[in-house]
Amino acid sequence: MSIEFIYPEFEVIRNESRCIACRVCERQCANEVHSYDPERGIMVADESKCVNCHRCVALCPTRALKIVKSDCALRENANWPQSTINEIYKQASSGGVLLSSMGNPNPLPVYWDKILINASQVTNPSIDPLREPMETKVCLGKKKQEIRRDENGKLVCEMTPQLELSVPIMFSAMSYGSISYNAHASLARAATELGILYNTGEGGLHEDFYVYGANTIVQVASGRFGVHKDYLEAAAAVEIKMGQGAKPGIGGHLPGAKIVGDVSRTRMIPEGTDAISPAPHHDIYSIEDLRQLVYSLKEATEYKKPVIVKVAAVHNIAAIASGIARSGADIISIDGFRGGTGAAPTRIRNNVGIPIELALASVDQRLREEGIRDNVSLVVGGSIRSSADVVKAVALGADACYIGTAALIALGCHLCRTCHSGKCNWGIATQRPDLVKRLNPDIGSKRLINLVRAWQHEIKELMGGMGINSIEALRGNRLMLRGVGLNEKELQILGISHAGE
Amino acid sequence: MKRIYVNEEWCLGCRLCEYNCAFANSGKRDMVTALKGKPIFPRIHIEGDDKISYAVSCRHCTDPICVKSCIAGAIYKSDGVVQIRKNKCVGCFTCVLVCPYGALSPSESGVMQKCELCLTNSVGEPACVKGCPNRAIVYEERGALNE
Amino acid sequence: MNNYVIIGNGVAAVGCIEGIRSVDKEGKITVVSEEKHHVYGRPLISYYLEGKTDLERMNYRPLGFYEEMGCEVLYGRKAIKIDNESKNVVLDDGANLPYTSVCVATGSSPFVPPVEGLETVEQKYTFMTLDDALALQKAVNSDSRVLIVGAGLIGLKCAEGIHGIVKSITVCDLADRVLSSILDSEAAAIIQRHLEENGISFMLSDTAVRFDKNTAYMKSGRVTEFDALVMAVGVRPNTSLVKDAGGEVNRGILVNDRMETSLPGVYSAGDCTEGNDITIGGRRVLALLPNAYMQGHAAGVNMAGGGEVFDKAMPMNSIGFFGLHAMTAGTYDGEMYEEKTDTSLKRLYTKDDRLIGFILIGHHERAGIYTSLIREKTPLSSLNFELLKKTATTYAFSPKIRRKKFGSVV
Repeated sequence: MSIEFIYPEFEVIRNESRCIACRVCERQCANEVHSYDPERGIMVADESKCVNCHRCVALCPTRALKIVKSDCALRENANWPQSTINEIYKQASSGGVLLSSMGNPNPLPVYWDKILINASQVTNPSIDPLREPMETKVCLGKKKQEIRRDENGKLVCEMTPQLELSVPIMFSAMSYGSISYNAHASLARAATELGILYNTGEGGLHEDFYVYGANTIVQVASGRFGVHKDYLEAAAAVEIKMGQGAKPGIGGHLPGAKIVGDVSRTRMIPEGTDAISPAPHHDIYSIEDLRQLVYSLKEATEYKKPVIVKVAAVHNIAAIASGIARSGADIISIDGFRGGTGAAPTRIRNNVGIPIELALASVDQRLREEGIRDNVSLVVGGSIRSSADVVKAVALGADACYIGTAALIALGCHLCRTCHSGKCNWGIATQRPDLVKRLNPDIGSKRLINLVRAWQHEIKELMGGMGINSIEALRGNRLMLRGVGLNEKELQILGISHAGE
Repeated sequence: MKRIYVNEEWCLGCRLCEYNCAFANSGKRDMVTALKGKPIFPRIHIEGDDKISYAVSCRHCTDPICVKSCIAGAIYKSDGVVQIRKNKCVGCFTCVLVCPYGALSPSESGVMQKCELCLTNSVGEPACVKGCPNRAIVYEERGALNE
Repeated sequence: MNNYVIIGNGVAAVGCIEGIRSVDKEGKITVVSEEKHHVYGRPLISYYLEGKTDLERMNYRPLGFYEEMGCEVLYGRKAIKIDNESKNVVLDDGANLPYTSVCVATGSSPFVPPVEGLETVEQKYTFMTLDDALALQKAVNSDSRVLIVGAGLIGLKCAEGIHGIVKSITVCDLADRVLSSILDSEAAAIIQRHLEENGISFMLSDTAVRFDKNTAYMKSGRVTEFDALVMAVGVRPNTSLVKDAGGEVNRGILVNDRMETSLPGVYSAGDCTEGNDITIGGRRVLALLPNAYMQGHAAGVNMAGGGEVFDKAMPMNSIGFFGLHAMTAGTYDGEMYEEKTDTSLKRLYTKDDRLIGFILIGHHERAGIYTSLIREKTPLSSLNFELLKKTATTYAFSPKIRRKKFGSVV
C-alpha cells in the first residue's frame, strides 16, 4: 500500500472563518472531495480525489475555498520531474497505458506567441472599424481558377458548394458522447445564431439537433458511427476525419459505460458496447482510396455539400495536404499537436505531431507552389486561443480556424484535464444526468455567442490597424507578420521575416 | 405581475438559493456574519430528490388563502405582492396550515415569514434569482395563477 | 344606491365589507358594532395577555379601514330586531336602519352553565372578547390562583395567556382529555404533558358542581381554592335575530354556499352560522376565523349582486402552546397512517382515495399541502402518497400537476 501512495497533487484550502457549512461544495463535487463532519460541525475535504476543476471554488457563496498546488515535493531533479516519477508509480501499479484529456500541457513552443502583427503608421492609413465597414465573412470551398463562357459568350457562374461564415471561426469536432447533450445544444444554437458552423465529431447527430443542420458539419470517421442518409442530408458539410491533433495515428475508444440511451441510439450501436474507432480507415490506404470516399459522400449528398478532410499535423503534412487537395476534397482541415481530446494516451498526446503554425505555413506554401491552393480551403485548429491567434493563422494562409478548447472554456471548462473520468463537474464532458444538467444551454449558447462576437470585434480592430478592411485580403498576407526569438529555419518555414527586418 | 418561476430541468439542488435568501433577509452586510454557525431560515426551499429538484417560494396567489386566514390581519397583498407585517404576527401557524405550497415558515424569532420578492429588503431584486448558478429560477411576467 | 347593513364587527364583517366593495364601490355600508372597539383579531386576546401583541397591533385592519372602505360604524349599538318585511334593522336605541340586504355576523357568546353558587363568585370571567381579556388582566396578579373551567381551545389559550402573570392555573373539564373537540386521547396526552411541564395543572373527567365564593367543589369530591374563575365551557352561536325574524335556525343560522339564510335579503357569516362542511357532507357550526372571513367575503359579494360561492369550508385548527404546535383538519375516520414519538404525532386519515383529516403535533412544516388535499378533494391515486405521508412536499404531485401549480414551468 505505502509504495502505491502518491501525495495528492492539490490542496483544498478552506478559510474556516468564512465557511458557513452550507455544503454547496459537497453537493456540487462529483468527485466527492467535500463532506460535512457533524461531530465537529465543519466541512472537511479528501484532497486525494480533487481534480482542481474549481466547481466548488466558483460556487462557494462566501469565497471560503481555494485550491492550490501541493508543495509536498520530492527532491528536485531537472531530469526526473515529479510528474514523470508519479507516472512511473502509476504504471508500476497498474501496468496500463496512461490516459490524459484536453491538449498537450507541456511547455513546447507556441509559435503564435512568437509572431507579431503589423499596424499602419503614417504612410498608409489604418481603418477605424467603428466608422468604416469591415468584412469578416469568408466562404469555404473550392474556388474556380478559370473563367468559362458558354456558346453565347455569357459567363458560366456555377460554383461548387461553399460554406459561408460570418467570421472565420468554427466550433471543432467534439462528439456527442465525449461531450454532453447540453454542450452540443449550446454549440449548435450558438453556431446558428452566429452564422458559423459546429461539428458533430464522430458521435452521430442527435435528432433534436437536425434543426440546426444548416450550421452543422457532420463527421465521417473510421468507426462510421451514426452515419446514415438522414445524417448526411441534415448537414451543411461532411468532414472525413483521418486524424486528430491530440492523438495522430491512433483511433478512439469511448467506453461502453458511456454508450447509454440517446448516445447509443445516435451512434447506432448497442448500449454498453465500446465504441472503438480504428486507427486507420480500413478502406483508405492511398489518396486514391480517399478520393473514393470523398466522391462517395459527394454522390450521397448530390454534390450539394462541401467535403472536408481533416488530418492531424504530422511531419510531412505538406505532401499529405497536396494529395488531399487533389482528391476532390473541398476543404482541408489540419489539427495541430496541442489540440484537445476527451481522452488520449498520454505519451501519444505529449509526443506525436507538430505545431499547427508550422504545418499551416508549409501546407499553404506547398499548395501555392503547386498551383492548387484554390482547389481547397484551409481550416486550422489545435489550440487557437484568441482572436490574435485567428488573425495570425489567417495571415499565415488559413481560410478559417476551428476552436474547441476555447469554446469549452466559454462553456465553463476549467481545464482540469480529467474528461476521461466522465465526472465533469461543469456538465460538459459527462453523460451523468445530474451533471449534464449543470450546463444550461440558454447560458452556454449565450456565452459562446459572446466569445465569438468579442473575437470578431477584436479581429476587426486588428485588421483595421493593418489598414485591411476584408479578412480575405489578410489571408496569406505574411508581410503582416514578424517573428521574435525565432531562428532562421523557423522563419523560413513560417515564411515570415524577423521583427526589425 | 412578475413572479418567481422555477425550472426543474435546470435546478441542481445546490441550495444556494436558500442561503442567498437567508442572507438577503438578514439585514447583515456580510454573508458570513449573517449565516455562520447558526441554522438558516430561508423563505425559499428546495424540494425533490437527488435526480429532480426545484425551489419553492410564495406564488403570490391571485386570491391568497393565507391573507384570508391570518388571525391577526398581518398578511396582506400590496401591488400584487403578498407580505407580512411581522410585528403583528403572533406565530399561530394558521397560514402554514392553509398554504397549499408550503411557502410560509417560521422565522428565527418565531413569527412567520415568506418570500416578499426581496422588494422589502435592501437587495431590491430576488436574491435567489440573482444567485442561481444555472438560471433555474427566473423572475418574469407570465400571467395569473389561480390558487 | 344599495344600503348594506352588517350586524357585528368581527372578521366576518371585514370579509363582508371587502366583499361588497369588490363589487360595489358606491353603496352605503353601515356596521352595527356592539363592542366599542375597532375590529380586532378575536383569537389574539390570549396573545395580548401573553404580551405577544398589543392593542394597536391587534387591529385586524389598519385604523383608517372603515373610512377607506366608506363604512359607517355604530359603536356600542346592538341590533335587536330584523324586520324583513319593511327591510329595517331595529337598534337598541330605537333607531331603524333600512337595508337592501343585511349580513348577520353576530358571532357567538360564551355558554355559562348554571352551576350552583356561581353567583357567589366575585371574580368570575369569560374569555371571548377583548373586554373579557382586559377585565381578567385587571383582576389577576402574581399571587392569583386561577381556575379555568373548560379545557377546550378557549380555556387553554386563556391559560397560556395568563401563565406569566399569575401564580397558578388549574384547568378542569368534564371530558377525559384536553381539546376533546379536536384531539383524540393520544394526541391530547402529548399536549397535556407539554402544558403540565409548563406548570398548568389539570383536573380532567371532573368539573365544578358547586361554588362558594373562592372555593370550587368538584364532582370527584375534591375541593379547590381559587382567586379568579374563568368559565370556558363552550360557546353558542348568536342566532336570535334571524330566528325571531322567522329564519331557519338550527344550532347556528342555516346558510347555503352563497351565505344566504332562508330569509330573502338576509345573509349570515361567521361563528353564528351553520354551513356546509365538505368533510362530512352536511351542515355544522365551524367557528373558525378563516371560515368567518371567507364566508363574510362571499356574503358581501353576493349582497352586492356578484356571484361568489364559498364551498370549501372544513374544520381546521392551528393551535400552539408554549412552542408546541398542533394542527388538525377534517374528520378522523377511515384508514390511518401514523408516525409517533413522545413529543410528536402525525396521523393522516384517508378514505375512498381521499385525505379526509389529519392530526399533526410537531410536524407543521408545509402542512398546508395536506390541508389543500382535503380542501381540493385530490384523488390520492393521482400522486405519490407514499412519499407524501412521510413529508409534506409538492414533489409528490405528478410533474404535470407540479407544472400547473407553479405556473407552467417546473
